[in-house]
Amino acid sequence: MDSRARNLLDEALGLDQLTQSKSPLGGKAVLIEDCVETSGSFVLHQLIKRLLTATSNSSNVVLFLAFANPFSHYDRILLGEEGKAGGGRSGLFALFANITKVLNSLPEGNRKCLTIVIDDVSLIEVAAHGSSDHVLDFLHYCHALTSNHHGCSLVMLNHDDFYSSMDRPVFLKQMEYAADVLVKVKPLATGLAADVHGQMTVLNRDQCNRRGSLNNRMSNFQFRIKENSVEYFYPGART
Amino acid sequence: MADSICRTIRDGALEGEHAPSLTIKDTTASPYGFGVFTHVLSQASTLILAGKSQSRGLVVVAYSRSPSFYLDFLKRSGVDVASSQKWIHILDCYTDPLGWKHQLADSGILPSNSSAGACLFQDVKDINKLQSLILELGSGLVGQGKVRFSVAIDSVTEMLRHVPLSKVAALISDLRSHDQISSIFWLLHSDIHDVRVTTSLEYLSSMVASVESLNQSSDGLSGDLGNLSLLEQNFRRGKFHVRFKRRNGRVRVMNEQFHMEESGIKFTSVTVEDGLVSQGLVPKVLFNLELSEKEKLERARVVLPFEHQGNGKPIQIYDGRRSLAPESMGEVSADTSQSSTEECSNGGGEIIYFRDSDDERPDSDEDPDDDLDI
Repeated sequence: MDSRARNLLDEALGLDQLTQSKSPLGGKAVLIEDCVETSGSFVLHQLIKRLLTATSNSSNVVLFLAFANPFSHYDRILLGEEGKAGGGRSGLFALFANITKVLNSLPEGNRKCLTIVIDDVSLIEVAAHGSSDHVLDFLHYCHALTSNHHGCSLVMLNHDDFYSSMDRPVFLKQMEYAADVLVKVKPLATGLAADVHGQMTVLNRDQCNRRGSLNNRMSNFQFRIKENSVEYFYPGART
Repeated sequence: MADSICRTIRDGALEGEHAPSLTIKDTTASPYGFGVFTHVLSQASTLILAGKSQSRGLVVVAYSRSPSFYLDFLKRSGVDVASSQKWIHILDCYTDPLGWKHQLADSGILPSNSSAGACLFQDVKDINKLQSLILELGSGLVGQGKVRFSVAIDSVTEMLRHVPLSKVAALISDLRSHDQISSIFWLLHSDIHDVRVTTSLEYLSSMVASVESLNQSSDGLSGDLGNLSLLEQNFRRGKFHVRFKRRNGRVRVMNEQFHMEESGIKFTSVTVEDGLVSQGLVPKVLFNLELSEKEKLERARVVLPFEHQGNGKPIQIYDGRRSLAPESMGEVSADTSQSSTEECSNGGGEIIYFRDSDDERPDSDEDPDDDLDI
């Protein structure tokens, strides 16, 4: 089942098309939106595992910006650079400086294999004392690393319900506009269930075919989180 | 209509008039405004290269994509970019808008580099400098004379993050009235801004193109995933609504539909059938909630238990106590309980209904409420 589980999420994100010396996520910016009822952090963990265990490309590097949990929490998943963001723009500038140091430390041919993972963006906002403008500036610079010149990939986690009470959730919408792929993790509309923990919609909006291969589709499937893996299946198709 | 927009951009400005200006606006419910922007960009570029446009050059102010993205896109669209330095300049406000990379380069952390074929702009808060640079780059393409050039801003939303509305409006207004500007077009994400901002920019526009979802949901993408069918219907397609403001003040409104394809955005006219297509509000579940044609036909054949069916038989008004056919009273008295059955005979349906009132004796003086224990 685990190999099939990889297929659904991998297929939706294009990870099943990993090739040598190519950016695993195709240099895309992926935004994962979750909520209190259903945490999306497992998607981050699955992605990281997938990227680091890919046998087709051993050059994959993950730069993990961990704000949500102590680093020991992620110990069994990976080890990476730890970014410390202080308050305000200067802290975020320093964080970006750290990221570019890591990027430049990689051999030039491997820089496209870098994936920056942020867990999670709302806590960067807290670290920046609520200045969403500064955070958007920082995210813009991270996004610029996905351009053709650098070719990195970017994965960000943020919370839909955190902003949904606002009249205009501008911060989240700005992130949605910038993202090439949207992964929305929600609970089932019917409520809690023992064997289905939630549903996931993946919207690939690479509108202008940035990487020259069309992968524009919308995928919807359900998931069940197990001890060491996640099971993905289409509604009603769980065996 | 997209073609009308491109023709207006092609025709450019009349002497003594403001240059035509286009606002393209979208929302997260239908975030395909960038597809429209790049479509207009590629059409304008093609016309400039073919010499069929008043404009002889194009300055792209790039906030949301890198210069190399635009050059790659134009190349994939069949536009000759080999000679790009002669007709297009990209003002790069994407790579290093706040000068962070410049600072890192100064401190030796990052090697300095410049975008190939683009002018790097590192101070997006200085709108005056931006305006001067736009005019300088444009003049560099077309010369100082009467020849005009066009300006494209890929995200006024991003510009407004750094510069207040009044300055953005002043920039657009100055460009529109400049002798060398043929046309201007820009993209705005209207749900990021309040109504005042959107309205101000629309006032400055001679054309407003809105990208909307085919079916409105409560809150676009942020809505409940139970609106999955709506998400699917709105995915990569939607409505394209354009408002043209003519010089004489008359407003013309046109509607189209669009869908995103591998080669880009495609526009189609709205047909009558499209307008009448069922919106399919029934949620997609594992059990069937709709009737097939056969089932609809059989339902239509069921004879309802009304006396006046209008089928040629004498019409008798039902008084609530007498049944229609007196000879059936014997059968009714044998079965006094209310029952209804549905049977199919020869493909039709019939409902047989026995009224409780058939059991009552007519013209009774009894007070029907006598048995109440109040």
